[in-house]
Amino acid sequence: MPTINFEGQDFVCGEDETVLECMTRSGMLIPSSCQSGTCQTCVIRALEGTPPPGSQNGLKDTLKQQNYFLACICKPEEDMTIGLSLVSPRNTVNVIEKDALNESVVRLRLEKPDGFSYKSGQFINLVRTSDDLTRSYSLASTPDDDFLELHIKRVPDGKMSCWVFDTLQVADEVAFFGPAGDCFYVPGKPDQPLLLVGTGTGLAPLYGILRDVLVQGHTGPVHLFHASLAAPGLYLEQSLRDFATQYEHFTYTPCVLHGDTPEGGQQGNIADIPARELGSLSGYRVFLCGDPPIVNALRQKSFLAGVSMQDIFSDPFVFAAQDG
Amino acid sequence: MSTVYEQLGGDAAINAAVDVFYRKVLADHYVNRFFEGVDMEKQAAKQKGFLTMVTGGPNNYTGKDMREGHKHLVAMGLNDAHVDHILCHLRSTLAELGVAQDLIDTVISVAESTRDDVLDR
Ligand SMILES: Cc1cc2nc3c(=O)[nH]c(=O)nc-3n(C[C@H](O)[C@H](O)[C@H](O)COP(=O)(O)OP(=O)(O)OC[C@H]3O[C@@H](n4cnc5c(N)ncnc54)[C@H](O)[C@@H]3O)c2cc1C
Ligand code: HEM
Ligand code: FES
Repeated sequence: MPTINFEGQDFVCGEDETVLECMTRSGMLIPSSCQSGTCQTCVIRALEGTPPPGSQNGLKDTLKQQNYFLACICKPEEDMTIGLSLVSPRNTVNVIEKDALNESVVRLRLEKPDGFSYKSGQFINLVRTSDDLTRSYSLASTPDDDFLELHIKRVPDGKMSCWVFDTLQVADEVAFFGPAGDCFYVPGKPDQPLLLVGTGTGLAPLYGILRDVLVQGHTGPVHLFHASLAAPGLYLEQSLRDFATQYEHFTYTPCVLHGDTPEGGQQGNIADIPARELGSLSGYRVFLCGDPPIVNALRQKSFLAGVSMQDIFSDPFVFAAQDG
Repeated sequence: MSTVYEQLGGDAAINAAVDVFYRKVLADHYVNRFFEGVDMEKQAAKQKGFLTMVTGGPNNYTGKDMREGHKHLVAMGLNDAHVDHILCHLRSTLAELGVAQDLIDTVISVAESTRDDVLDR
């Protein structure tokens, strides 16, 4: 009978018993509701071992790929270690490049540690080594790049972002944990239309996903909308325009809320622009990153414009609680 | 006799129905305030719970769960008229997906039977 390791303890799963039943019987509480594989309340991750495919029914592709499963319908076939997230080792690396992308966004390139693997669009938790201050930043690089790239926006009085802007220098050391996140491209359905929408440094993960999609030979149309309050907040405009020239199936639309609209761009509330420009979004796969309220509005608008819930991937940049 | 859930085509059919159903609910200004402010994905999974339950698919929900699960909504003013709206969206969702009229009637009567629990009376 398979053994389940959870939070450092071993539990033997009985004949015909589900992971949820086994844990509950042992007094380990995993939240649950329907207990029949529908409501996804009991979702948990196999950190070691492979969950039976049936126990992943209804989960998004990105979660399936990371071995998430539903505890209430999982009758394990092999030993598993389960938990909510992987404990990743701490990596210490040097800064290899630092440039301004505009007045308020800096691009950092870090050494990529040997054997570090991730998917474009995931994020890492960056650590200031002097005091362990930690913040999440999305990876704008692709796994083919031999560096890790971050786009960091200066937040007024922000502890980490101002330090990165004002103090951190090339050759300095930083640490990080990760990767994490489920906003990434899963190959398959190469002709599906894709919609990428980001505000501010929400472009970072999308820039990674975009290049991933283009090199993986996605053939369906790919639309990127990058929004900022006003034109000076946009960045990497030229390189995105170059991609649009190079790849016929890719379009780039810079968007601003007010002020001058860049060439080929749009003005207005970004939550309304994609559906206004593209019409029905039925059949699309959608990636949304950046400011949490806007990401939530975009999730709802894209869903109402016809995108299936299973095809909406998002990363709201929730900021850290005031923890010092 | 097989359940409506099985006759519809099980899990895959319910997944398709969730999108259609939840889109109608969110677009209905009379009821959508009850669904606001919650994570959309979790909410969609719960709507799948709703559809699985009323079509007789695998679930362990009880009347007590229905009472508990909607109590905070009753406190927000949930009443018969809201239930009527939801049932109407349910009916049109199933019709759009080509479900036969007698099956739709069966599903609606199952949903109808939970009305008092949902409204906590
Ligand atoms: C999954 C994820 C991915 C992220 N990816 C990126 C990324 O690629 N690039 C990036 O620049 N940031 C990203 N962030 C945000 C980042 O983690 C930090 O929250 C941000 O850099 C602010 O940290 P700080 O220490 O400078 O500010 P803090 O010292 O934490 O905050 C200072 C003050 O500013 C407020 N504040 C914090 N952030 C914002 C904001 N965005 N807008 C308005 N007020 C704010 C705080 O409430 C506080 O009052 C991501 C966040 C998450 C959760
Ligand atoms: C017609 C009878 C109804 C039935 C059988 C029913 C059934 C269900 C079920 C099974 C769940 C999932 C519970 C879970 O898995 O946690 C649920 C959740 C929910 N229902 Fe209903 N429902 C009904 C009517 C309504 C109505 C009329 C409204 C509002 C207009 C409503 C709003 C909700 C909301 C908001 C949730 C999620 C609550 C949460 O966030 O936990 N329901 N319902
Ligand atoms: S408890 Fe509902 S899916 Fe497991």
